[in-house]
Amino acid sequence: MSDSDSMQRWHLRMREKPVLRIVAKRFIPFVLLFALYVQFHGDYGPGGGFQAGVIFAAGLILYAMIFGREALEKVAPPRAVEIAAALGVLLYTGVGVATMLGGGNFLAYGALDSHDPMHGQHLGILLVEAGVGITVAAVMTAVYFCYAGRGAGE
Amino acid sequence: MQQHEILLAGALFAFLLAIAVAVSRARNLFAAGMLTGIFSLVSAGLFTLLDAVDVAFTEAAVGAGISTIVVLGTLSLTGEHEGRPRRPLLPLLVTALTGAALVWGTLDMPGLGDPHAPIHNHVAPDYLSGTAAHIGIPNVVTAILASYRGFDTLGELVVIFTAGVGVLLLLGRGAEAR
Repeated sequence: MSDSDSMQRWHLRMREKPVLRIVAKRFIPFVLLFALYVQFHGDYGPGGGFQAGVIFAAGLILYAMIFGREALEKVAPPRAVEIAAALGVLLYTGVGVATMLGGGNFLAYGALDSHDPMHGQHLGILLVEAGVGITVAAVMTAVYFCYAGRGAGE
Repeated sequence: MQQHEILLAGALFAFLLAIAVAVSRARNLFAAGMLTGIFSLVSAGLFTLLDAVDVAFTEAAVGAGISTIVVLGTLSLTGEHEGRPRRPLLPLLVTALTGAALVWGTLDMPGLGDPHAPIHNHVAPDYLSGTAAHIGIPNVVTAILASYRGFDTLGELVVIFTAGVGVLLLLGRGAEAR
């Protein structure tokens, strides 16, 4: 009702701001790329899955705020986002189960590679950080969908 | 800390204080939301000064980034103006008491960078030497977070997942769910 009115007014106002729209459109790919850099460079510098997931979600949400919720739903369907949130946790615990199957303790990544435990550590850290990034990005986006969808259907 | 670092830290704390006062006085919620984002960014600067770059990065990404966006999203649903508070003294008292308790709690903490502090003499030496020997990645923080403390991090991730599920259950999936 009044909520969806104010949401519509927000988007109408956004439509009248070409500078904001063009800057956002140029900027968002770099935000997403930077998130991937933070994700995969976490072994060498500051960063990791938590920060990368948040930055990625911030890029997606920025897109929705400027171009509307429907535009983001085409890029990231809400159902896919919800499944991704669970997939990240599954990937993390899956690595733990894999190390147990390899004969080690839960999440003792050395067991992932029987010849070179240090390589196993690298692989394990890469995979669990990927799980963290996927879940964090998906949960943040899903929460945004909840807020942005409030009152829209009443 | 070097002398110029102390000066810089003092300047950043002065900034934080000024921003906090500005936030509490702002009646326009858009301005208040932006100022809290700047507050987070200045805190991130302070963490960098303390050589805690990973914490600084998280503060900048979460505090200044996504929190500001969530606040802006909420404002697009509610409105930008706040009425005058009815009893400003009570929140002021609560905040002052909490702040005083926190400062009191720091009084018996070891000095900054003290090599004899308990935190530097428990498992930290093992982590620092073991990361190079057994894990082989340069960032010790990532090694501790993802490998040594992998089970704790799994717990953190499940907390985030559970919080997301809770929000989804309470607020639904918007229009299409109904």
